[in-house]
Amino acid sequence: MAKKIAAHRELISEERKVRSTWARRLTWERMAPVLLVLPSAIAIAIFVYGFIGFTGFASLTRWNKLLPDFTLVGLSNYLVLFAHPRFQIDVRNSVVFTALFLTGCVGIGFLLAVLLDQRVKGENIFRSIYLFPMAISFIVTGVVWRWLLNPGSLEMGSTGVNLLFDRVGLGFLKWGWFTDPTVLHIRPDNGLGIFLQGIGLGALTTDKFGIPVAIISLVIAATWQMSGYVMAMYLAGLHGIPEELREAARVDGASEWQILWHVLWPLLRPITLGAVIILGHISLKIYDLVVAMTGPGIGFSTDVPAYFMWETTFHSNRFAQGASIATIMLIMVAILIIPYLVYSTRREVEA
Amino acid sequence: MTTAERALPRVARVRWSRVLIYAILIAFAAFYLMPVYILLITGMKSFAEVSLYRMWSLPSGVHFDSFTKAWFGSVEEGFRGLSLNFMNSVYITIPATIISAILGSMNGYVLSKWRFRGSDMLFPALLFGMFIPYQSILIPLVQSLSKIGLYGTIPGLIFVHIVYGIPITTLIFRNYYATVPTELVEAAKIDGANIFSIYRWVMFPLSMPGFVVVLIWQFTSIWNDFLFAVTIAQNPAIQPITVGLNNLAGSYIVQWNVQMAGALIAALPTLLVYIFLGRFFMRGLLAGALKG
Repeated sequence: MAKKIAAHRELISEERKVRSTWARRLTWERMAPVLLVLPSAIAIAIFVYGFIGFTGFASLTRWNKLLPDFTLVGLSNYLVLFAHPRFQIDVRNSVVFTALFLTGCVGIGFLLAVLLDQRVKGENIFRSIYLFPMAISFIVTGVVWRWLLNPGSLEMGSTGVNLLFDRVGLGFLKWGWFTDPTVLHIRPDNGLGIFLQGIGLGALTTDKFGIPVAIISLVIAATWQMSGYVMAMYLAGLHGIPEELREAARVDGASEWQILWHVLWPLLRPITLGAVIILGHISLKIYDLVVAMTGPGIGFSTDVPAYFMWETTFHSNRFAQGASIATIMLIMVAILIIPYLVYSTRREVEA
Repeated sequence: MTTAERALPRVARVRWSRVLIYAILIAFAAFYLMPVYILLITGMKSFAEVSLYRMWSLPSGVHFDSFTKAWFGSVEEGFRGLSLNFMNSVYITIPATIISAILGSMNGYVLSKWRFRGSDMLFPALLFGMFIPYQSILIPLVQSLSKIGLYGTIPGLIFVHIVYGIPITTLIFRNYYATVPTELVEAAKIDGANIFSIYRWVMFPLSMPGFVVVLIWQFTSIWNDFLFAVTIAQNPAIQPITVGLNNLAGSYIVQWNVQMAGALIAALPTLLVYIFLGRFFMRGLLAGALKG
């Protein structure tokens, strides 16, 4: 037994010797890669993680005027924020915008990709037309769509898309677009509303849980810009699905619709997930488009957290309050992104 | 019933579905091109025929008045043109694009071919920086840029675009270098080459497609940036084109056809890149989508 242990020890020390000479020999070779990425790693450590930490810290302080005041006040900035009507409206707008924008982009993107995949003549031309808005800034998009969706006035007549509706005899489709302050919500005086109030969910019948119709204009402009991207992702996915798979389904007697829903759509699920993550984080951060197209709107009907954050911080100099909005935005994006990052890196390591 | 007669309805049905496909595709193409149509015809109208109530009508001829006004501004009406902003965008975008591409290339090379302990952790940690809402770093960013004297300067904006460009450029290059066979690197190592000479003589010559994709991607996103610019460049003399256009469009004294001409000027560089290098643009887009 003792002999065995001694032999084992010898083996270990032998191994250590080998390892230490290796380590000495490889020092430069080992350090060089680290040194190469070090500047970037340090920059990201400071400018992403350090700054996020600072913003989180600032949100816990009393720094609500120009000069910094780092007296800690706990979560009071967050409590003020959650009670703030404008912030409640912003969260509602963000949820509504995200839901409509995702549905629009994924729906249109998938439809166009499937149609283009039918050996269409001029596929390249169509694809380029659908994708070009991606090259343009949200500011340009906002400026153009603000004029396109400018409803005009009763006295002077319609403009933009409303004018186009008039011309082609679809005048009944005219409406106020982003100038319409209506918020669709469950009425407290109808059957469902009375029922909800009865079970203590009366809040659901207020406009805090409604759909501000003005936001549809923002959704149209954003979908115009981003749906081509989703199409390109789906198209790349469809090209990767072997024709034999479809052929096999056809031999089994499946119709084209069944192939679409039971073969292609499930196979493209990773792409749908990727698109939802990418578009979701864009929509939670959306700012430029709102600035250029509508501003906060009537009754904040097109306001978003990013807009509120910028105004609070850089117009009103309420830095701690602005930092609290920024932190909430970061948490919302992190909830979406981190599981996806972990999932895709792990999948890559396994592969 | 003969075979031909039975086959007939099927052929007809197939044709109708083809017609439907093309009809939908063309309808969507019209939707995507509608803003371009408005931009072009409005920009080309003379000031006499500009009316919101005739915005869909074709211009009587090609006039460049609106473009001239959008570019040079107007002293009597009291607004600045976009020429200065355009040049600012050029000065910001070109160095920031090139430097962030080089950094991304180095990082991507190391993270794909010279993995070290912790490099598998470093990569997702870098990537996270690509997704954060920049609102969550703006306050300390403004503070620290002021401290080091870069706030409100073009070098300051260049610096910011380089730093926050690291994640995406690293991602694209890492995925690109992953397609280069590791045997090439191994062989060079056996021949005694070190990390730098392998980069210089093996990887860099193979990197051109990667560089094209990254340069296009960075050019487009830096040219189109608004948030950093509006936060850091308060001084009109250094504002890039997106901020200039937003000011122009937000002003009540600027006619809407001048705004449209301005929008076209702002969109032109990235549109040209898209038209001539669309293939690479698409690759960058798909790389931006992680690994799907």
